[in-house]
Amino acid sequence: MPAVQETIDQVRSIDVDQYKYGFETEVEMEKAPKGLSEDVIRFISAKKGEPEWMLQWRLDAYKRWLTMKEPNWARVSYDKIDYNDIYYYAAPKKNPAPKSLDEVDPEIVRTYEKLGIPLREQEILAGVEPRNRVAVDAVFDSVSVATTFKEELKKAGVIFMPISEAIREYPELVKQYLGSVVPVTDNYFATLNSAVFTDGSFVYVPPGVRCPMELSTYFRINEKNTGQFERTLIIADKGSYVSYLEGCTAPKRDENQLHAAVVELVALDDAEIKYSTVQNWYPGDAQGKGGIYNFVTKRGDCRGKNSVITWTQVETGSAITWKYPSCILRGDNSRGEFYSIAVSNGMQQVDSGTKMIHLGKNTTSRIISKGIAAGKSDNTYRGLVSAHRKATGARNFTNCDSLLIGNECGAHTVPYIESKNASAVFEHEATTSKISEDQMFYCQQRGLSEEEATALIVNGFVKDVLQQLPMEFAVEAQKLISISLEGSVG
Amino acid sequence: MADVTLMKTPAETALAQAFESAKTLLPGNVESRAQAFELFSARGLPHRRVEEFKYTDLRAFLREAAPFAVAPSSKEAAAALENAKALAGVEALQVPFVNGHFVRDAVDFKSLPEGIEIVPLGEALADNHDWLARLSPVPWASDNPVYQLNTSFMADGVMIRVVGEVTAPLHLRFVTAAESAVATATRVLVLVEDGASVTLLESHESTDGANHQPNDVVELIAGDGTKVQHVRVNAEGDKALALSTMAIKVGADAAFNSINVVTGAAVSRHQVFAVLNGENTNLRVNGATMLKGSQHGDSTLVVEHAAPQCESRELFKTIIDGEATGVFQGKIIVPHHAQKTDGRMMSAAVLLGEGGAMNNKPELEIFADDVQCAHGATCGQLDEDLLFYLMARGLPKKEAESLLVQAFLGEAVEFVENEAAREALVATVEGWLKARG
Repeated sequence: MPAVQETIDQVRSIDVDQYKYGFETEVEMEKAPKGLSEDVIRFISAKKGEPEWMLQWRLDAYKRWLTMKEPNWARVSYDKIDYNDIYYYAAPKKNPAPKSLDEVDPEIVRTYEKLGIPLREQEILAGVEPRNRVAVDAVFDSVSVATTFKEELKKAGVIFMPISEAIREYPELVKQYLGSVVPVTDNYFATLNSAVFTDGSFVYVPPGVRCPMELSTYFRINEKNTGQFERTLIIADKGSYVSYLEGCTAPKRDENQLHAAVVELVALDDAEIKYSTVQNWYPGDAQGKGGIYNFVTKRGDCRGKNSVITWTQVETGSAITWKYPSCILRGDNSRGEFYSIAVSNGMQQVDSGTKMIHLGKNTTSRIISKGIAAGKSDNTYRGLVSAHRKATGARNFTNCDSLLIGNECGAHTVPYIESKNASAVFEHEATTSKISEDQMFYCQQRGLSEEEATALIVNGFVKDVLQQLPMEFAVEAQKLISISLEGSVG
Repeated sequence: MADVTLMKTPAETALAQAFESAKTLLPGNVESRAQAFELFSARGLPHRRVEEFKYTDLRAFLREAAPFAVAPSSKEAAAALENAKALAGVEALQVPFVNGHFVRDAVDFKSLPEGIEIVPLGEALADNHDWLARLSPVPWASDNPVYQLNTSFMADGVMIRVVGEVTAPLHLRFVTAAESAVATATRVLVLVEDGASVTLLESHESTDGANHQPNDVVELIAGDGTKVQHVRVNAEGDKALALSTMAIKVGADAAFNSINVVTGAAVSRHQVFAVLNGENTNLRVNGATMLKGSQHGDSTLVVEHAAPQCESRELFKTIIDGEATGVFQGKIIVPHHAQKTDGRMMSAAVLLGEGGAMNNKPELEIFADDVQCAHGATCGQLDEDLLFYLMARGLPKKEAESLLVQAFLGEAVEFVENEAAREALVATVEGWLKARG
């Protein structure tokens, strides 16, 4: 059954030629010499005023990276990237480390205003209920230009700052956790990131603290020929809770720009981390010219017992997406969740999914993924669910639907389900019987067909989660949620 | 793979030597064999970094290549067939192979049932028979290293042509009776002409205790309006490394129904490559695998819906006892033009003991926007509630388990239309459960 008209219209409204964030900001930038070498890494490290151990960490990663090969298993194709034709560091020349927002280049402030990201605390307070406040870390190319509500968060004991500052101010915390979830040697892009990462956010929530506001980072690539290599590290100590949002956009350009980020989450006993992404990098034009290569390693470690990590992602941008936010369920009774909507238009190529690695006892995970392919795009779900020998009582439920609009695109599903424990129960892909029969019966009794009832229950379920994304962060996300997957091909 | 393999494993070296010495002795055109072997040796034995063999690392499993079996004497062959047990109770026209060689004496060529023609492959290759042009009906199967090895070494086989409605089943019986480990490579081509129907049985058995290495390929071309029922039984010896491929091309308005039942071999991998080449065709590929001890059983399946409006159903059931490992890799491909495709693939596994493992990879590759494709995979223990229900009624635990296992595998077996064959399969399941104690 083909897609319904409403869905087609909604997907069309976010087609690649409708990209709204493609403007460019004229700011004078300071850049590292083009290309990648030990000198460039030393340059970045010196710019950030890093201690010696950090520089050594980067150089070790670089040496390792030189021996590695670019992975080619994903279902994406692109011209070979010339890693020596990229600027690895670009920062606004005027005052790259502003003490307050008044020192930030007004051009940059205006950019964020245009993107709808509030950087002035008083403005945020003006019209909005205090409990809906969001603290923002704004990353512009290679540096963080502003971080809001730092002081107020500090009162609650929450550390929220650019990672380059954290390396200087809280070296022990950074040393303990950096690279502990995504090791330096993890994969080609993560190793590259470890060598050249420039900025990103650092969050530490102390034991028992419920973070008083949403935290968010807004990434903007602006400068030509640059790559963005951000690094985010979030630690939720025992019994704490934090919700973190991430948004990203870039100007329209004919060239492809590389974005290779690493995000590490650590949840200790009874802690909960919610990580939401609205990924809206420039997707390239209708002919597939330009656009961001989004090669991202995101991984959460449910290290403590009863910990919870939830990944929510709305993916509409990027020419190529290579992204698998994962959960390592190490602590007993820990839970991992992954909710994703990936829409591809034009010539976009998406290869995304998740990994749920069950190590501890009674760990549970849930994967809900919706892929929608239109235009000439390719949309692949690739996911792994595995239970190790000791993961007694592990449970997973996976549901991944995909929908095609037009017959020039492709939707692919590549799930890996590996169980080494007899008591682990894995269910992949909701056949109707997997949805609660009571719910089905209730809906069908009221005149819905089996298919309508299934759609209602599955969609209702996803809506629940995605509607928790703050409005100001993603209008698109809200629109996407209402997309019906009627006519889904499996 | 970008990586160039410089080092050859001992098994790869042995295979290369075996090919060098055997290539001129094997029947038919050397060139096509050499071509296939070159393709194979360019990549070597597939290992876990090769996606299609991620869960079945042949480089690790095939440490030593066994010598290829020589043709048995007619006395040896007769003795081996005498002892053959698989599907023995099902009345059928026997087409037997012993140690990978077709037993001519066992077939009465003069009084074959109406509508059946049989040509030994050795002869066909030697005098370049017309039907040879129809070998390799699934072009992309030639990329597969197991298939390439078979093409390089195929020593014997038969070509069968079916015209009209043939009621008596045909039984391809493969027996390896050698005491010490041998390798075999057989190729069977079945041509089911337009409008014909046939039931094809296939059984594989070998002596316990020897590391036999059979590599069998059955190719089948079913024309328009055909009806084919295929039942395959793997009852190989306990040390065997059994590789097998079935390549199928089915025309329009046809029905193809197949099941593979596995109880044997230390390591087995059965690959099904199917192309639906005409509209309104119905394909069913089922599997029932029972593994115990440290057995490793792999079912790999690729179904290409090359024509619109076809329906395919794949149902694979795996029971894993002890420390055995089950693998299911399935893939449904729907190209742009195959609108109104309806494909459903399901793999369900039950782990009975501690220490077993199941790897599922149900894959979809879809380019058409008006299709229905679903895939599912489940993995877990027997339902506690059901066990409790049965035990509360006085059944001992093992018996309750057996009953549930029978019901579980029964879902895959019940589609076999030939009653005698279905009963034989049910008996196989019962026998396996009995042996479990």
